[in-house]
Amino acid sequence: MNILRLFYFAGIFFYLYLPISVLVVNAFNLNKYGMKWGGFTFKWFTAMLGNHSLMEAARHSVVIAVCAASLATMIGALAAIGLNRYRFFGRKVIQGTSMTLMMAPDIILAIAFLVLFVTLGIGLGFWSLLFSHITFCLPFAIMTITGRLQDFDPNILDAARDLGASEKNILARVILPMMRPALISSWLLAFTLSLDDVIISSFVTGPSYDVLPLKIFSMVKVGVKPEVNALAALLVLLSLALVIVSQLMLKEKKNHENTI
Amino acid sequence: MKIDSKTRFSIIVLISGWFILFGVIPLVLLVITSFLTMDPANLVRLSFSLKAYSQLLIDPSYIIVFIRSVKLALITTLLCLGLGYPFAWYTARMPPRWRTSVLVLLMIPFWTNSLVRTYAMRMVLGTQGILNKALLSLGFIHTPLRIMYTDYAVVAGLFYLMLPFMVLPLYATIEKLNFQLVEAARDLGAGAASAFIKVIFPLTLPGIMAGCVMVFVPTMGLFYVASLLGGARQLLVGNLIQQQFLNARNWPLGSATSIVLIIFMAVMLIGYGLLLRRFGRGKGISG
Repeated sequence: MNILRLFYFAGIFFYLYLPISVLVVNAFNLNKYGMKWGGFTFKWFTAMLGNHSLMEAARHSVVIAVCAASLATMIGALAAIGLNRYRFFGRKVIQGTSMTLMMAPDIILAIAFLVLFVTLGIGLGFWSLLFSHITFCLPFAIMTITGRLQDFDPNILDAARDLGASEKNILARVILPMMRPALISSWLLAFTLSLDDVIISSFVTGPSYDVLPLKIFSMVKVGVKPEVNALAALLVLLSLALVIVSQLMLKEKKNHENTI
Repeated sequence: MKIDSKTRFSIIVLISGWFILFGVIPLVLLVITSFLTMDPANLVRLSFSLKAYSQLLIDPSYIIVFIRSVKLALITTLLCLGLGYPFAWYTARMPPRWRTSVLVLLMIPFWTNSLVRTYAMRMVLGTQGILNKALLSLGFIHTPLRIMYTDYAVVAGLFYLMLPFMVLPLYATIEKLNFQLVEAARDLGAGAASAFIKVIFPLTLPGIMAGCVMVFVPTMGLFYVASLLGGARQLLVGNLIQQQFLNARNWPLGSATSIVLIIFMAVMLIGYGLLLRRFGRGKGISG
Protein backbone atom coordinates (compact mmCIF):
# COMPACT_ATOMS: atom_id res chain seq x y z
CA MET A 1 0.00 0.00 0.00
CA ASN A 2 2.73 2.41 0.98
CA ILE A 3 4.77 1.46 -2.08
CA LEU A 4 1.75 2.13 -4.27
CA ARG A 5 1.28 5.53 -2.68
CA LEU A 6 4.94 6.34 -3.25
CA PHE A 7 4.63 5.36 -6.91
CA TYR A 8 1.54 7.49 -7.23
CA PHE A 9 3.22 10.60 -5.83
CA ALA A 10 6.32 9.89 -7.89
CA GLY A 11 4.13 9.58 -10.99
CA ILE A 12 2.37 12.89 -10.42
CA PHE A 13 5.61 14.73 -9.74
CA PHE A 14 7.25 13.06 -12.71
CA TYR A 15 4.43 14.37 -14.88
CA LEU A 16 4.72 17.87 -13.40
CA TYR A 17 8.49 18.12 -13.64
CA LEU A 18 9.30 16.18 -16.81
CA PRO A 19 8.29 18.93 -19.28
CA ILE A 20 10.13 21.61 -17.31
CA SER A 21 13.24 19.46 -17.02
CA VAL A 22 13.24 18.65 -20.73
CA LEU A 23 12.95 22.35 -21.42
CA VAL A 24 15.85 23.30 -19.15
CA VAL A 25 18.05 20.52 -20.52
CA ASN A 26 17.27 21.52 -24.10
CA ALA A 27 18.27 25.10 -23.34
CA PHE A 28 21.84 23.76 -23.08
CA ASN A 29 21.51 21.24 -25.89
CA LEU A 30 23.66 21.84 -28.96
CA ASN A 31 21.17 19.86 -31.04
CA LYS A 32 18.82 22.54 -32.32
CA TYR A 33 15.62 20.51 -32.36
CA GLY A 34 16.24 18.89 -29.01
CA MET A 35 15.61 15.43 -30.41
CA LYS A 36 18.77 14.07 -28.90
CA TRP A 37 21.66 15.29 -26.83
CA GLY A 38 24.17 17.01 -29.10
CA GLY A 39 26.53 18.37 -26.47
CA PHE A 40 26.56 21.18 -23.96
CA THR A 41 26.34 24.77 -25.16
CA PHE A 42 25.56 28.32 -24.08
CA LYS A 43 24.91 29.17 -27.72
CA TRP A 44 21.15 29.60 -27.28
CA PHE A 45 21.61 32.03 -24.43
CA THR A 46 23.83 34.14 -26.67
CA ALA A 47 21.26 33.83 -29.43
CA MET A 48 18.57 34.90 -26.97
CA LEU A 49 20.56 37.97 -25.94
CA GLY A 50 21.10 38.77 -29.60
CA ASN A 51 17.39 38.60 -30.42
CA HIS A 52 16.47 42.24 -29.90
CA SER A 53 12.72 41.95 -30.24
CA LEU A 54 12.67 39.04 -27.79
CA MET A 55 14.79 40.96 -25.30
CA GLU A 56 12.61 44.02 -25.69
CA ALA A 57 9.48 41.95 -25.03
CA ALA A 58 11.17 40.48 -21.94
CA ARG A 59 12.04 43.96 -20.70
CA HIS A 60 8.47 45.12 -21.27
CA SER A 61 7.11 42.13 -19.38
CA VAL A 62 9.34 42.77 -16.39
CA VAL A 63 8.50 46.48 -16.36
CA ILE A 64 4.78 45.71 -16.45
CA ALA A 65 5.11 43.00 -13.79
CA VAL A 66 7.07 45.28 -11.42
CA CYS A 67 4.72 48.25 -11.93
CA ALA A 68 1.57 46.14 -11.72
CA ALA A 69 2.77 44.26 -8.62
CA SER A 70 3.76 47.48 -6.84
CA LEU A 71 0.59 49.37 -7.68
CA ALA A 72 -1.70 46.39 -7.07
CA THR A 73 -0.08 45.90 -3.66
CA MET A 74 -0.45 49.59 -2.79
CA ILE A 75 -4.05 49.84 -3.94
CA GLY A 76 -4.75 46.39 -2.50
CA ALA A 77 -3.43 47.46 0.90
CA LEU A 78 -5.64 50.56 0.90
CA ALA A 79 -8.60 48.52 -0.30
CA ALA A 80 -8.05 45.83 2.36
CA ILE A 81 -7.87 48.51 5.05
CA GLY A 82 -10.89 50.32 3.66
CA LEU A 83 -12.99 47.18 3.38
CA ASN A 84 -12.03 46.01 6.86
CA ARG A 85 -12.05 49.22 8.86
CA TYR A 86 -14.76 51.28 7.25
CA ARG A 87 -18.44 50.64 6.79
CA PHE A 88 -19.71 52.53 3.79
CA PHE A 89 -22.33 52.42 1.10
CA GLY A 90 -21.33 50.05 -1.69
CA ARG A 91 -18.83 48.06 0.39
CA LYS A 92 -20.58 44.80 -0.43
CA VAL A 93 -20.68 45.72 -4.12
CA ILE A 94 -16.91 46.22 -4.11
CA GLN A 95 -16.36 42.91 -2.37
CA GLY A 96 -18.64 41.24 -4.88
CA THR A 97 -16.83 42.84 -7.82
CA SER A 98 -13.47 41.79 -6.40
CA MET A 99 -14.73 38.22 -6.01
CA THR A 100 -16.10 38.23 -9.57
CA LEU A 101 -12.81 39.50 -10.98
CA MET A 102 -10.98 36.73 -9.15
CA MET A 103 -13.32 33.95 -10.28
CA ALA A 104 -13.99 35.07 -13.85
CA PRO A 105 -12.05 33.20 -16.53
CA ASP A 106 -9.21 35.27 -17.99
CA ILE A 107 -10.78 35.27 -21.43
CA ILE A 108 -13.85 37.13 -20.13
CA LEU A 109 -11.75 39.77 -18.38
CA ALA A 110 -9.58 40.06 -21.46
CA ILE A 111 -12.39 41.02 -23.80
CA ALA A 112 -14.14 43.14 -21.15
CA PHE A 113 -10.95 45.19 -20.77
CA LEU A 114 -10.52 45.39 -24.52
CA VAL A 115 -14.05 46.71 -24.98
CA LEU A 116 -13.45 49.23 -22.17
CA PHE A 117 -10.23 50.60 -23.64
CA VAL A 118 -11.67 50.87 -27.11
CA THR A 119 -14.78 52.63 -25.76
CA LEU A 120 -12.67 55.06 -23.76
CA GLY A 121 -10.36 55.61 -26.71
CA ILE A 122 -7.26 54.48 -24.81
CA GLY A 123 -4.73 53.10 -27.30
CA LEU A 124 -3.60 49.53 -26.72
CA GLY A 125 -0.10 49.49 -25.27
CA PHE A 126 1.67 50.20 -22.00
CA TRP A 127 -1.20 51.88 -20.15
CA SER A 128 -3.95 49.51 -21.17
CA LEU A 129 -1.70 46.60 -20.24
CA LEU A 130 -0.77 48.15 -16.89
CA PHE A 131 -4.37 48.97 -15.89
CA SER A 132 -5.50 45.45 -16.82
CA HIS A 133 -2.69 43.78 -14.92
CA ILE A 134 -3.27 45.88 -11.80
CA THR A 135 -6.96 45.03 -11.95
CA PHE A 136 -6.61 41.29 -12.22
CA CYS A 137 -3.89 41.20 -9.53
CA LEU A 138 -5.86 43.44 -7.18
CA PRO A 139 -8.32 40.85 -5.78
CA PHE A 140 -5.41 38.53 -4.93
CA ALA A 141 -3.55 41.37 -3.23
CA ILE A 142 -6.66 42.28 -1.24
CA MET A 143 -7.18 38.66 -0.22
CA THR A 144 -3.57 38.22 0.93
CA ILE A 145 -3.53 41.47 2.90
CA THR A 146 -7.01 41.03 4.40
CA GLY A 147 -5.91 37.68 5.82
CA ARG A 148 -3.15 39.45 7.70
CA LEU A 149 -5.34 42.37 8.81
CA GLN A 150 -7.84 40.04 10.41
CA ASP A 151 -5.10 38.62 12.65
CA PHE A 152 -4.46 42.03 14.21
CA ASP A 153 -5.20 42.69 17.82
CA PRO A 154 -7.75 45.55 17.58
CA ASN A 155 -6.60 46.81 20.99
CA ILE A 156 -3.36 48.01 19.42
CA LEU A 157 -5.32 50.29 17.10
CA ASP A 158 -7.50 51.54 19.95
CA ALA A 159 -4.38 52.21 22.00
CA ALA A 160 -2.92 54.23 19.12
CA ARG A 161 -6.11 56.25 18.87
CA ASP A 162 -6.30 56.82 22.63
CA LEU A 163 -2.75 58.09 22.53
CA GLY A 164 -3.89 60.71 20.05
CA ALA A 165 -2.82 59.26 16.70
CA SER A 166 -4.73 60.52 13.70
CA GLU A 167 -6.21 58.07 11.19
CA LYS A 168 -3.36 58.86 8.82
CA ASN A 169 -0.82 58.16 11.55
CA ILE A 170 -2.50 54.94 12.55
CA LEU A 171 -2.34 53.77 8.94
CA ALA A 172 1.24 54.85 8.37
CA ARG A 173 2.80 53.98 11.71
CA VAL A 174 0.81 51.05 13.04
CA ILE A 175 -1.06 49.20 10.33
CA LEU A 176 1.46 49.45 7.48
CA PRO A 177 4.48 48.16 9.45
CA MET A 178 2.41 45.29 10.81
CA MET A 179 1.28 44.40 7.30
CA ARG A 180 4.80 44.21 5.91
CA PRO A 181 5.00 40.41 5.46
CA ALA A 182 1.59 40.38 3.76
CA LEU A 183 2.65 43.21 1.49
CA ILE A 184 5.71 41.28 0.39
CA SER A 185 3.74 38.07 -0.28
CA SER A 186 1.14 40.09 -2.12
CA TRP A 187 3.82 41.71 -4.27
CA LEU A 188 5.39 38.35 -5.13
CA LEU A 189 2.02 36.84 -5.97
CA ALA A 190 1.03 39.79 -8.16
CA PHE A 191 4.42 39.77 -9.87
CA THR A 192 4.03 36.07 -10.71
CA LEU A 193 0.44 36.46 -11.87
CA SER A 194 1.41 39.35 -14.11
CA LEU A 195 4.37 37.53 -15.62
CA ASP A 196 2.29 34.39 -16.08
CA ASP A 197 -0.59 36.03 -17.88
CA VAL A 198 -1.04 35.11 -21.53
CA ILE A 199 -4.72 35.53 -22.25
CA ILE A 200 -5.39 39.05 -20.98
CA SER A 201 -2.14 40.43 -22.37
CA SER A 202 -2.83 39.08 -25.82
CA PHE A 203 -6.02 41.15 -26.01
CA VAL A 204 -5.07 44.42 -24.37
CA THR A 205 -1.69 45.22 -25.86
CA GLY A 206 -0.80 46.39 -29.31
CA PRO A 207 2.16 46.01 -31.63
CA SER A 208 3.81 49.04 -30.01
CA TYR A 209 4.27 47.19 -26.72
CA ASP A 210 4.99 43.52 -27.30
CA VAL A 211 5.27 41.39 -24.18
CA LEU A 212 6.93 38.06 -23.55
CA PRO A 213 4.00 35.62 -23.69
CA LEU A 214 2.85 37.07 -27.01
CA LYS A 215 6.33 37.06 -28.44
CA ILE A 216 6.93 33.47 -27.32
CA PHE A 217 3.51 32.44 -28.61
CA SER A 218 4.15 33.81 -32.08
CA MET A 219 7.68 32.36 -32.14
CA VAL A 220 6.81 28.80 -31.13
CA LYS A 221 3.61 28.52 -33.14
CA VAL A 222 5.68 27.70 -36.19
CA GLY A 223 8.18 25.36 -34.54
CA VAL A 224 10.93 24.89 -31.98
CA LYS A 225 13.00 27.97 -31.22
CA PRO A 226 16.13 27.26 -29.18
CA GLU A 227 16.42 30.84 -27.93
CA VAL A 228 12.95 30.45 -26.49
CA ASN A 229 14.22 27.36 -24.65
CA ALA A 230 17.00 29.43 -23.14
CA LEU A 231 14.61 32.17 -22.09
CA ALA A 232 12.09 29.64 -20.75
CA ALA A 233 14.84 28.00 -18.70
CA LEU A 234 15.61 31.40 -17.18
CA LEU A 235 11.91 31.91 -16.39
CA VAL A 236 11.79 28.51 -14.67
CA LEU A 237 14.80 29.48 -12.53
CA LEU A 238 13.21 32.85 -11.76
CA SER A 239 10.01 31.26 -10.52
CA LEU A 240 12.03 28.77 -8.49
CA ALA A 241 13.82 31.69 -6.84
CA LEU A 242 10.51 33.43 -6.16
CA VAL A 243 9.05 30.34 -4.52
CA ILE A 244 12.12 29.98 -2.31
CA VAL A 245 12.00 33.64 -1.30
CA SER A 246 8.31 33.48 -0.46
CA GLN A 247 8.81 30.28 1.55
CA LEU A 248 11.65 31.88 3.50
CA MET A 249 9.46 34.91 4.15
CA LEU A 250 6.74 32.70 5.50
CA LYS A 251 9.17 30.95 7.80
CA GLU A 252 10.61 34.22 9.00
CA LYS A 253 7.12 35.49 9.72
CA LYS A 254 6.29 32.38 11.72
CA ASN A 255 9.52 32.57 13.73
CA HIS A 256 8.88 36.22 14.36
CA GLU A 257 5.41 35.49 15.63
CA ASN A 258 6.70 32.74 17.87
CA THR A 259 9.15 35.08 19.56
CA ILE A 260 6.32 37.51 20.35
CA MET B 1 -15.45 59.17 12.78
CA LYS B 2 -15.59 62.84 11.99
CA ILE B 3 -11.86 63.39 12.42
CA ASP B 4 -9.64 62.25 9.59
CA SER B 5 -12.58 61.82 7.33
CA LYS B 6 -10.26 63.00 4.55
CA THR B 7 -8.03 59.90 4.69
CA ARG B 8 -11.04 57.66 4.96
CA PHE B 9 -12.83 59.46 2.15
CA SER B 10 -9.89 59.28 -0.26
CA ILE B 11 -9.40 55.56 0.34
CA ILE B 12 -13.07 54.82 -0.26
CA VAL B 13 -13.15 56.95 -3.41
CA LEU B 14 -9.99 55.34 -4.79
CA ILE B 15 -11.10 51.74 -4.36
CA SER B 16 -14.73 52.33 -5.35
CA GLY B 17 -13.59 54.25 -8.39
CA TRP B 18 -11.11 51.57 -9.42
CA PHE B 19 -13.54 48.71 -9.12
CA ILE B 20 -16.32 50.59 -10.88
CA LEU B 21 -14.11 51.75 -13.75
CA PHE B 22 -12.16 48.53 -14.27
CA GLY B 23 -14.58 45.98 -12.84
CA VAL B 24 -18.23 46.91 -13.24
CA ILE B 25 -18.13 49.09 -16.36
CA PRO B 26 -16.13 46.66 -18.57
CA LEU B 27 -18.53 43.83 -17.75
CA VAL B 28 -21.55 46.05 -18.45
CA LEU B 29 -19.99 47.15 -21.75
CA LEU B 30 -19.44 43.50 -22.63
CA VAL B 31 -23.13 42.74 -22.12
CA ILE B 32 -24.09 45.80 -24.18
CA THR B 33 -21.70 44.85 -26.99
CA SER B 34 -23.29 41.43 -27.28
CA PHE B 35 -26.57 43.14 -28.23
CA LEU B 36 -25.11 45.46 -30.84
CA THR B 37 -24.76 45.08 -34.59
CA MET B 38 -21.50 44.13 -36.19
CA ASP B 39 -20.01 46.76 -38.46
CA PRO B 40 -16.90 45.92 -40.47
CA ALA B 41 -15.74 49.54 -40.59
CA ASN B 42 -16.21 50.65 -36.97
CA LEU B 43 -16.27 47.31 -35.14
CA VAL B 44 -19.83 47.85 -33.91
CA ARG B 45 -22.84 49.92 -34.80
CA LEU B 46 -25.05 51.25 -32.03
CA SER B 47 -28.26 49.50 -32.93
CA PHE B 48 -29.91 46.77 -30.92
CA SER B 49 -29.71 43.29 -32.37
CA LEU B 50 -30.08 39.71 -31.23
CA LYS B 51 -28.19 38.44 -34.23
CA ALA B 52 -25.13 37.32 -32.24
CA TYR B 53 -27.22 35.15 -29.95
CA SER B 54 -29.33 33.70 -32.73
CA GLN B 55 -26.15 32.91 -34.65
CA LEU B 56 -24.79 31.05 -31.62
CA LEU B 57 -27.99 29.08 -31.23
CA ILE B 58 -28.57 28.28 -34.89
CA ASP B 59 -25.19 27.88 -36.54
CA PRO B 60 -24.15 24.26 -35.91
CA SER B 61 -20.45 25.03 -36.11
CA TYR B 62 -20.66 27.15 -32.93
CA ILE B 63 -22.69 24.52 -31.16
CA ILE B 64 -20.07 21.95 -32.11
CA VAL B 65 -17.32 24.11 -30.61
CA PHE B 66 -19.33 24.47 -27.43
CA ILE B 67 -19.94 20.74 -27.17
CA ARG B 68 -16.28 19.92 -27.87
CA SER B 69 -15.19 22.51 -25.40
CA VAL B 70 -17.48 21.21 -22.67
CA LYS B 71 -16.32 17.67 -23.43
CA LEU B 72 -12.63 18.57 -23.17
CA ALA B 73 -13.19 20.65 -20.04
CA LEU B 74 -15.22 17.86 -18.48
CA ILE B 75 -12.55 15.24 -19.21
CA THR B 76 -9.90 17.57 -17.80
CA THR B 77 -11.97 18.22 -14.69
CA LEU B 78 -12.61 14.52 -14.09
CA LEU B 79 -8.92 13.69 -14.61
CA CYS B 80 -7.89 16.42 -12.19
CA LEU B 81 -10.46 15.20 -9.67
CA GLY B 82 -9.58 11.52 -10.04
CA LEU B 83 -5.85 12.06 -9.76
CA GLY B 84 -5.97 15.13 -7.53
CA TYR B 85 -8.23 13.70 -4.83
CA PRO B 86 -5.84 10.96 -3.65
CA PHE B 87 -3.02 13.46 -3.89
CA ALA B 88 -4.84 15.94 -1.64
CA TRP B 89 -5.98 13.16 0.68
CA TYR B 90 -2.57 11.59 1.26
CA THR B 91 -0.92 15.00 1.52
CA ALA B 92 -3.39 16.11 4.18
CA ARG B 93 -2.69 12.93 6.16
CA MET B 94 1.08 13.35 6.09
CA PRO B 95 3.08 14.73 9.01
CA PRO B 96 2.89 18.56 8.83
CA ARG B 97 6.56 18.97 7.87
CA TRP B 98 6.10 16.81 4.78
CA ARG B 99 2.86 18.50 3.82
CA THR B 100 4.50 21.86 3.20
CA SER B 101 7.23 20.30 1.08
CA VAL B 102 4.73 18.37 -1.05
CA LEU B 103 2.58 21.47 -1.56
CA VAL B 104 5.60 23.60 -2.45
CA LEU B 105 6.69 20.95 -4.96
CA LEU B 106 3.20 21.08 -6.44
CA MET B 107 3.30 24.87 -6.63
CA ILE B 108 6.72 25.36 -8.24
CA PRO B 109 5.59 24.45 -11.77
CA PHE B 110 2.46 26.51 -11.10
CA TRP B 111 4.62 29.59 -10.55
CA THR B 112 6.24 29.11 -13.95
CA ASN B 113 4.67 30.81 -16.96
CA SER B 114 1.86 28.59 -18.23
CA LEU B 115 2.65 29.29 -21.88
CA VAL B 116 6.21 28.12 -21.28
CA ARG B 117 4.88 24.95 -19.66
CA THR B 118 2.54 24.32 -22.58
CA TYR B 119 5.46 24.75 -24.95
CA ALA B 120 7.48 22.34 -22.80
CA MET B 121 4.68 19.82 -23.06
CA ARG B 122 5.16 19.86 -26.80
CA MET B 123 8.74 18.65 -26.44
CA VAL B 124 7.48 15.72 -24.39
CA LEU B 125 4.58 14.67 -26.59
CA GLY B 126 5.97 15.20 -30.11
CA THR B 127 6.60 12.26 -32.42
CA GLN B 128 10.31 12.83 -31.80
CA GLY B 129 9.61 13.80 -28.19
CA ILE B 130 10.93 12.19 -25.08
CA LEU B 131 7.79 10.15 -24.42
CA ASN B 132 7.87 8.42 -27.80
CA LYS B 133 11.63 7.91 -27.48
CA ALA B 134 11.22 6.24 -24.12
CA LEU B 135 8.36 4.02 -25.26
CA LEU B 136 10.22 3.05 -28.44
CA SER B 137 13.45 2.17 -26.67
CA LEU B 138 11.56 0.21 -24.02
CA GLY B 139 9.92 -1.76 -26.82
CA PHE B 140 6.33 -0.88 -25.88
CA ILE B 141 5.64 0.52 -29.31
CA HIS B 142 7.27 0.15 -32.72
CA THR B 143 6.11 3.29 -34.46
CA PRO B 144 5.95 6.64 -32.67
CA LEU B 145 2.54 7.55 -31.27
CA ARG B 146 0.98 10.56 -32.87
CA ILE B 147 -0.17 12.45 -29.78
CA MET B 148 0.62 16.00 -30.77
CA TYR B 149 -2.17 17.89 -32.52
CA THR B 150 -4.84 15.59 -31.12
CA ASP B 151 -7.36 16.04 -28.33
CA TYR B 152 -5.19 13.80 -26.14
CA ALA B 153 -2.38 16.33 -26.26
CA VAL B 154 -4.80 19.15 -25.42
CA VAL B 155 -6.17 17.25 -22.42
CA ALA B 156 -2.64 16.35 -21.29
CA GLY B 157 -1.72 20.04 -21.40
CA LEU B 158 -4.91 21.24 -19.73
CA PHE B 159 -4.50 18.67 -16.96
CA TYR B 160 -0.91 19.79 -16.47
CA LEU B 161 -1.95 23.42 -16.05
CA MET B 162 -5.09 22.92 -13.99
CA LEU B 163 -4.16 20.18 -11.48
CA PRO B 164 -3.13 22.57 -8.66
CA PHE B 165 -6.47 24.37 -8.94
CA MET B 166 -8.15 21.10 -8.06
CA VAL B 167 -5.71 19.92 -5.41
CA LEU B 168 -5.59 23.11 -3.34
CA PRO B 169 -9.33 23.44 -2.54
CA LEU B 170 -9.53 19.68 -1.97
CA TYR B 171 -6.56 19.81 0.36
CA ALA B 172 -8.09 22.73 2.29
CA THR B 173 -11.31 20.75 2.86
CA ILE B 174 -9.65 17.43 3.66
CA GLU B 175 -7.24 19.03 6.09
CA LYS B 176 -10.19 20.35 8.11
CA LEU B 177 -12.00 17.01 8.01
CA ASN B 178 -12.62 15.43 11.39
CA PHE B 179 -10.92 12.08 10.92
CA GLN B 180 -12.56 10.70 14.06
CA LEU B 181 -15.79 10.58 12.08
CA VAL B 182 -14.12 8.26 9.58
CA GLU B 183 -12.75 6.10 12.39
CA ALA B 184 -16.18 6.00 14.02
CA ALA B 185 -17.72 4.82 10.75
CA ARG B 186 -15.08 2.10 10.45
CA ASP B 187 -15.59 1.04 14.10
CA LEU B 188 -19.29 0.79 13.46
CA GLY B 189 -18.61 -1.68 10.70
CA ALA B 190 -18.43 0.41 7.55
CA GLY B 191 -16.02 -0.93 4.95
CA ALA B 192 -13.48 1.34 3.31
CA ALA B 193 -15.77 1.92 0.34
CA SER B 194 -18.92 2.70 2.29
CA ALA B 195 -16.99 4.92 4.74
CA PHE B 196 -15.81 6.86 1.73
CA ILE B 197 -19.21 7.11 0.06
CA LYS B 198 -21.24 7.85 3.17
CA VAL B 199 -18.85 9.90 5.29
CA ILE B 200 -15.79 11.21 3.49
CA PHE B 201 -17.39 12.09 0.17
CA PRO B 202 -20.27 14.20 1.55
CA LEU B 203 -17.94 15.97 4.00
CA THR B 204 -15.42 16.86 1.30
CA LEU B 205 -18.07 17.73 -1.29
CA PRO B 206 -17.58 21.52 -0.87
CA GLY B 207 -13.90 21.07 -1.78
CA ILE B 208 -14.78 18.84 -4.71
CA MET B 209 -17.26 21.37 -6.04
CA ALA B 210 -14.90 24.31 -5.52
CA GLY B 211 -12.13 22.44 -7.34
CA CYS B 212 -14.42 21.47 -10.22
CA VAL B 213 -15.61 25.05 -10.70
CA MET B 214 -12.04 26.33 -10.58
CA VAL B 215 -10.91 23.83 -13.21
CA PHE B 216 -13.93 23.54 -15.49
CA VAL B 217 -14.70 27.16 -16.36
CA PRO B 218 -11.19 28.58 -16.95
CA THR B 219 -10.28 25.49 -18.97
CA MET B 220 -12.76 26.48 -21.68
CA GLY B 221 -10.92 29.76 -22.11
CA LEU B 222 -7.34 28.48 -22.42
CA PHE B 223 -7.09 29.07 -26.15
CA TYR B 224 -3.31 28.98 -26.31
CA VAL B 225 -3.20 25.37 -25.07
CA ALA B 226 -5.51 24.32 -27.87
CA SER B 227 -3.53 26.38 -30.41
CA LEU B 228 -0.15 24.96 -29.40
CA LEU B 229 -1.06 21.35 -28.71
CA GLY B 230 -4.25 20.77 -30.67
CA GLY B 231 -4.98 20.58 -34.33
CA ALA B 232 -5.97 23.42 -36.59
CA ARG B 233 -9.67 23.22 -35.74
CA GLN B 234 -11.45 25.41 -33.24
CA LEU B 235 -11.33 23.46 -30.02
CA LEU B 236 -12.23 25.59 -27.05
CA VAL B 237 -14.70 28.39 -26.51
CA GLY B 238 -11.62 30.50 -25.83
CA ASN B 239 -10.42 29.96 -29.40
CA LEU B 240 -13.82 30.97 -30.70
CA ILE B 241 -13.84 34.19 -28.67
CA GLN B 242 -10.25 34.98 -29.59
CA GLN B 243 -10.99 34.47 -33.26
CA GLN B 244 -14.12 36.63 -33.19
CA PHE B 245 -12.31 39.47 -31.45
CA LEU B 246 -8.87 39.40 -33.03
CA ASN B 247 -9.43 37.96 -36.52
CA ALA B 248 -13.05 38.02 -37.66
CA ARG B 249 -13.64 41.29 -35.79
CA ASN B 250 -17.18 40.26 -34.97
CA TRP B 251 -17.30 41.76 -31.48
CA PRO B 252 -21.00 41.17 -30.81
CA LEU B 253 -20.59 37.48 -31.52
CA GLY B 254 -17.45 37.24 -29.39
CA SER B 255 -19.21 39.07 -26.55
CA ALA B 256 -22.29 36.89 -26.80
CA THR B 257 -20.09 33.79 -26.66
CA SER B 258 -18.47 35.08 -23.49
CA ILE B 259 -21.88 35.86 -21.98
CA VAL B 260 -22.87 32.23 -22.57
CA LEU B 261 -19.66 31.22 -20.78
CA ILE B 262 -20.54 33.53 -17.86
CA ILE B 263 -24.00 31.97 -17.64
CA PHE B 264 -22.34 28.55 -17.52
CA MET B 265 -20.16 29.72 -14.67
CA ALA B 266 -23.07 31.32 -12.81
CA VAL B 267 -25.10 28.10 -13.01
CA MET B 268 -22.17 26.14 -11.60
CA LEU B 269 -21.61 28.63 -8.78
CA ILE B 270 -25.30 28.62 -7.85
CA GLY B 271 -25.24 24.82 -7.79
CA TYR B 272 -22.19 25.00 -5.56
CA GLY B 273 -23.96 27.44 -3.21
CA LEU B 274 -27.03 25.21 -2.98
CA LEU B 275 -24.92 22.15 -2.24
CA LEU B 276 -22.96 23.99 0.43
CA ARG B 277 -26.19 25.02 2.11
CA ARG B 278 -27.58 21.53 1.99
CA PHE B 279 -24.50 19.72 3.22
CA GLY B 280 -23.11 22.45 5.42
CA ARG B 281 -26.21 23.12 7.50
CA GLY B 282 -28.63 20.28 7.07
CA LYS B 283 -26.57 17.49 8.55
CA GLY B 284 -24.84 19.40 11.29
CA ILE B 285 -21.73 17.25 11.29
CA SER B 286 -19.29 19.55 9.62
CA GLY B 287 -18.48 21.56 12.74
